[in-house]
Amino acid sequence: MKNMRTNTKTLAILFGIMSTFIVGCQRNLSDEVEFAKYPNTPGVFIDGFVGGLQYFPFAGSKLNAFTVDTETRYAGTASMRIDVPNVGDASGAYAGAIFPDAGGRDLSDFDALTFWAKATQAGTINEIGFGNDFGENKYMVTLANMRINTTWTKYTIPIPDPFLLTFEKGMFWYAEGPEGGNGYTFWIDELKFEKLGTVAQPRPAIQNGEDQVVSSFIGVNTTLTGLTQTFNLASGQNQTVTVAPSYFTFTSSNVDVARVNEKGVVSVVGAGTAKITALLGGVRAKGSLTIQSLGQFTPAPVPNRPAANVISVFSNAYTNVPVDFYNGFFAPFQTTLGGADLNINGDNIIQYTNLNFVATEFKNPTINVSQMTHFHVDIQIRETIDPADFITIELGDFGPNGAFGGGDDKSGNVKFLSASLSSNQWISLDIPLANFTGLTNRSNLAQIFFISADGTSNNTPTISTILVDNMYFYK
Amino acid sequence: MKMNTDHQSKTKRLLMHLGSLVIIASGFSLMQCSDDTQKVTNFNTIVMQDEFNTSGAPNPATWNYNIGTGQNGWGNSELQYYTDRSKNVTVQNGYLIITAEKESFNGSAYTSARLLTKGKFEQQYGRFEARMRLPWGQGLWPAFWMLGADIDTNPWPAAGEIDIMEFRGQNPSVVLGTVHGPGYSAGESVSKSYTLKNGRFDTEFHVFGIEWGPEYVNFYVDNVLYNQITPADVKGEWVFNKPFFILINLAVGGNFVGAPNSETVFPQTLLVDYVRVYK
Repeated sequence: MKNMRTNTKTLAILFGIMSTFIVGCQRNLSDEVEFAKYPNTPGVFIDGFVGGLQYFPFAGSKLNAFTVDTETRYAGTASMRIDVPNVGDASGAYAGAIFPDAGGRDLSDFDALTFWAKATQAGTINEIGFGNDFGENKYMVTLANMRINTTWTKYTIPIPDPFLLTFEKGMFWYAEGPEGGNGYTFWIDELKFEKLGTVAQPRPAIQNGEDQVVSSFIGVNTTLTGLTQTFNLASGQNQTVTVAPSYFTFTSSNVDVARVNEKGVVSVVGAGTAKITALLGGVRAKGSLTIQSLGQFTPAPVPNRPAANVISVFSNAYTNVPVDFYNGFFAPFQTTLGGADLNINGDNIIQYTNLNFVATEFKNPTINVSQMTHFHVDIQIRETIDPADFITIELGDFGPNGAFGGGDDKSGNVKFLSASLSSNQWISLDIPLANFTGLTNRSNLAQIFFISADGTSNNTPTISTILVDNMYFYK
Repeated sequence: MKMNTDHQSKTKRLLMHLGSLVIIASGFSLMQCSDDTQKVTNFNTIVMQDEFNTSGAPNPATWNYNIGTGQNGWGNSELQYYTDRSKNVTVQNGYLIITAEKESFNGSAYTSARLLTKGKFEQQYGRFEARMRLPWGQGLWPAFWMLGADIDTNPWPAAGEIDIMEFRGQNPSVVLGTVHGPGYSAGESVSKSYTLKNGRFDTEFHVFGIEWGPEYVNFYVDNVLYNQITPADVKGEWVFNKPFFILINLAVGGNFVGAPNSETVFPQTLLVDYVRVYK
């Protein structure tokens, strides 16, 4: 419309005069002042690399997955073509690379990395983003599971807090594997940083936006996870990206209990409660981590049986057999969380919470305990013991076929009632294998269960939090 | 220097009052570049203004409320229950704040507010504008609009409706200006959208207004006049020749926007810095 055009032009002229006037009044900086300035070049790949861009594929990826394509392109004369290999391709298992500008750029005037993309088929690109420089990756940003299809579509990866990116080397990166075993090709074009002005309504989160509570001990280090930033884009869509910890400012409510560094590592230093919260770009992040520190950790008694007489599954005192997992999740009945997550001053401890039943499994290979006489385990129950509480320990043998099922599996269990249990101190159990009635075969042992719910408790858990250490068989 | 000062004050007035074509026209003559011969009526005498500088409930001399859900969600299958509670409508820190809450209330899943000047301030012709910051997210529908003051005896759409600003929370950079009348209402209304370049309506304040004279309604956002509707544009009787009253509301859901979804963040607020009417 005519009015619209002329109005804008008039305003521009007026502003021009005004800004000239204002600039003329400004006091100049002294000659001593010097600012380190890096180029604020927006382009990454337009019809070729912009600036000093380089291509570094990930180790194990198809090294030549990236080429410049002059036939298929969204605009201009060329695009980035990425060939994802088939499963079994000798040249690499996936396509993945970083595109750094070694000189660094000032991206603080932009609010997003944008590009056009399409593929030979619908797919989901595992990870794509910027800030990966094969160095500290201090300000890495990842858009996970980006859906792509066969028509050119514009994508926007928002910058979590542009203010921080005054010297960034990682311009672009991606990692994508085959789809359903098959490779395919996708193209990226007009890859550049932009000031869209429409990246808005920031909603950062830590711990995936949840208020989590964990019990812990002095000396335990825990890394914050689920660090994201969400923006509403001009399309009206919310776009969530995974962001590096350095974008956040973390705070502990009680530094005498827990401290948190810029990498999001929480260190427990005292007894009590501390809540870890975070800000990103001045906005309070949703979610928190509350540490309930129980103070000094008393380790379980260090085993002193000769290693020659021991087959160990989990102990820092012995060499352990290969373990598949410490918490195989049996949906939908199992509630137990946790596993071998605790490392307290170098001592690995298993912590189970929400226990009803849980299994440690070691079937690659199974172990032969037919020459052993006892099973040892140290358990600490992190709650008061009620009269109806119990812990059942069950051992499972997979039989000659070495696999679960097949009609040759044997198992037996031993139940410990409340009278034999105590809370918040280590209970060292040495159970004769003969007591595991029904475990008639012990040469293909593969499972150790802890169970706190059975028919006698109406399948309601009786004990929910335990620590476990030093699981081994001996003679 | 005199020249510069002069320009500055003009620019400032332009920014403050926004949309006054008189000033732009004088700017043209100063710049010696006018080729625009459009005739414009001049509205620069203020007759009503609410700057929302008194905290508490909005001034009862100017504002009434619609309460409840109307018929069929105010005719649009809207999902909110309108109240006059301070939780939904209040004046604080120089702003009128209309808040849409997600809460069960009298059978509705959301609450919000709708203010109107019916019976308190009604005017034929003039410049009507408000400076507002809009809410965001799927299913939010704020509006600054007018209805013919004879609507009780001359039902909609014959009474006429001028939507100075309507907005869909899921389209954060787009507003619409629309007129409804007999033979050109709802889906047949005369409407045009305006898209903010490199910006959004939910992150900062913008001015939404009309200049309404005999046989035209001009729609503008900030300093941009983006549409003019005249009797030639409507497929029916031109009914914009009598007094109208003002409404400001924040609807949730409804035919125009669709329902909120799981990603819609509540509460949402519509902030109004001022409402000014000139003749």
